[in-house]
Amino acid sequence: MAVVTIENVDIVFGDNKAQTLPLMDKGHSRDQIIGMTGDVVGVQNASIEVNEGEICVLMGLSGSGKSTLLRAINGLNKIARGRCLVRDGDNMVDMAKCDEATLRHMRTHRVSMVFQSFALMPWLTVLENVAFGLEMQGMPKTERFIKAREQLKMVSLDQWADKKPDELSGGMRQRVGLARAFAMDTDVLLMDEPFSALDPLIRTQLQDELIELQKRLNKTIIFVSHDLDEALKIGTKIAIMESAKIIQEDTPEQIVLNPATEYVENFVAHTNPLNVLRGNSLMTPLSELAVQDSKVVMENGMWLELSDGKLTSIQNLEGEVPTVSWTPNMVLDNIPDNAIFIVPANIAMRDAVEIRYYSKHFMVLEENEKCVGILNDHNFYHALLGKHFGRDTEAA
Amino acid sequence: MNWLTDNKIPLGAWMENFVDWLVSAASGFFDLISIVLETMIVSMVDTIESVHPLIVIGIVLLGVWFLHRSIGLLIFITAALLFIINMGYWVETIQTLVLVVSATAISVLIGVPIGIAAAHRPWLYTILRPILDLMQTIPTFVYLIPTLILFGLGYVPGLISTIIFAIAAPIRLTYLGVSKVPNELLEAGLAFGCTKSKLLYKVELPAAMPNIMAGVTQCIMLSLSMVVIAALVGADGLGKPVVRALNTVNISQGFEAGIAIVLVAIMLDRICKSPSAKSEG
Repeated sequence: MAVVTIENVDIVFGDNKAQTLPLMDKGHSRDQIIGMTGDVVGVQNASIEVNEGEICVLMGLSGSGKSTLLRAINGLNKIARGRCLVRDGDNMVDMAKCDEATLRHMRTHRVSMVFQSFALMPWLTVLENVAFGLEMQGMPKTERFIKAREQLKMVSLDQWADKKPDELSGGMRQRVGLARAFAMDTDVLLMDEPFSALDPLIRTQLQDELIELQKRLNKTIIFVSHDLDEALKIGTKIAIMESAKIIQEDTPEQIVLNPATEYVENFVAHTNPLNVLRGNSLMTPLSELAVQDSKVVMENGMWLELSDGKLTSIQNLEGEVPTVSWTPNMVLDNIPDNAIFIVPANIAMRDAVEIRYYSKHFMVLEENEKCVGILNDHNFYHALLGKHFGRDTEAA
Repeated sequence: MNWLTDNKIPLGAWMENFVDWLVSAASGFFDLISIVLETMIVSMVDTIESVHPLIVIGIVLLGVWFLHRSIGLLIFITAALLFIINMGYWVETIQTLVLVVSATAISVLIGVPIGIAAAHRPWLYTILRPILDLMQTIPTFVYLIPTLILFGLGYVPGLISTIIFAIAAPIRLTYLGVSKVPNELLEAGLAFGCTKSKLLYKVELPAAMPNIMAGVTQCIMLSLSMVVIAALVGADGLGKPVVRALNTVNISQGFEAGIAIVLVAIMLDRICKSPSAKSEG
């Protein structure tokens, strides 16, 4: 069920919206419009739907409009045209058109936010900062401090409650920012490049923490990032923006496999596919292998015996080769290195590479109890070299 | 050229007419202000004077210890105040301090809200800026004359002149502080559901506090610099002996009162400075 729905949203900065909007419709570019009316187009005709429990990442370079769009969701940026709906109980509230009181209700009870530069109040203690939003909800003092302390414990900063933010490191400050947002108990969390100002190790650590927290809390998160690796790691859905427009919206794997434009392709070429790709997009499918009378002949003198599409055994000239059915979290150390692994087709590339590290051979992929293909070194190298996308054009 | 000098713009006459009109139209109003302020200041001075000087020093030291916890400052203040008593300027010092504190309090009460309003409305600051420049640069004696006519002799014309001169500092610094509150703090305030007034009291004012405090300190120092001029229109205090010494060419009296003013200035500066520096950290 949709929690946040953005419909054909245009955001324009400037005083000549009446002239700018028709120019946008006529297809003039952002740069042309600045020259003609002096207005800056922040977001143009953006539509996106975010469902409950999803992490939707708005991805793009600086100036692409991703933060601008994010700020429309809690009404910090005014929308020139279109609708931005956020769920409130059984209703959808249009953040662009609701009155002051409704807007405040949405901000205190439905949508909270985490900022890139932390935006902690330097004159308040860590505890008071976490309680800031609760104060705006109208919660009494003792109650809100109890709750704020719980939130600090959740991000393991309860020892620091009485310190001022400038006594904390960057990573700790952003944890305070996270605690402040989580304390509000809102369904929707807006995160504006929350980890970009942190050094890489702390960033990875906080990403992992966020993923862990999300498993427990199941919020609807809209996350802005300029880092595709980050987007692929935490996003369940990614919308890529370029000069004020959303140019592709898809699952992480689809973004990597089928970039919509050259711009996206350039992004994808520099990412690490290990966390994103799955066996079925890496494998050599059965149809491309040499199949003879339900035997699939491999190059190294082995063949697969199939019956009705199901793998019955793997043979070589000396007889049957042992096989192992892989399950997630399996301990691989004790498995004989001449065994061949049978893995589910949707296995993560990272797991597949791990298996290959222990085993001497290719692996067989199964889906619905049927053999669908094999995964060998060639497939891995293909992906690691960034050749996994544009496969269609290669084949043609 | 002759034409230019012959047709003089009657600027002075206009101002005179304006002041005359003020006196005739609103003399009751100005008398009321004058009586209220005069009574306030005189009664404050009387109250403090009625207490034994050593008890007053004790109370001051207690307050300073509470604010700063510095032995050195306590020793300096004790020595300075005892020296002032020894010179025979205790009563004048009290009068000056009351005048300075009143002028500062009124300037802050009026100046801080104006500064906030100006920070929220750029057009208002565009109007205010030349007026503030005028108030700070026009020679004090020029507006001393109309204030004297409007409020009569005594503390009040001195107080009003002091306020005109000193109020620019809290207005300017409040404006500066509020208008340079980081945008992300304002966004955070709004994102967590601040109303306009909550945003002001919970975000803008605390963030601007170091600047506002600097404005208060400056205001105190500017007020103190007006004591001698206030004495010219009849305000009691350390300015009086200085003026008298000037009129009678009395070198020793001039120096004694002058040193007392310097000591009061240093004390006020040391007492005010540190808290604002602390809240910046």
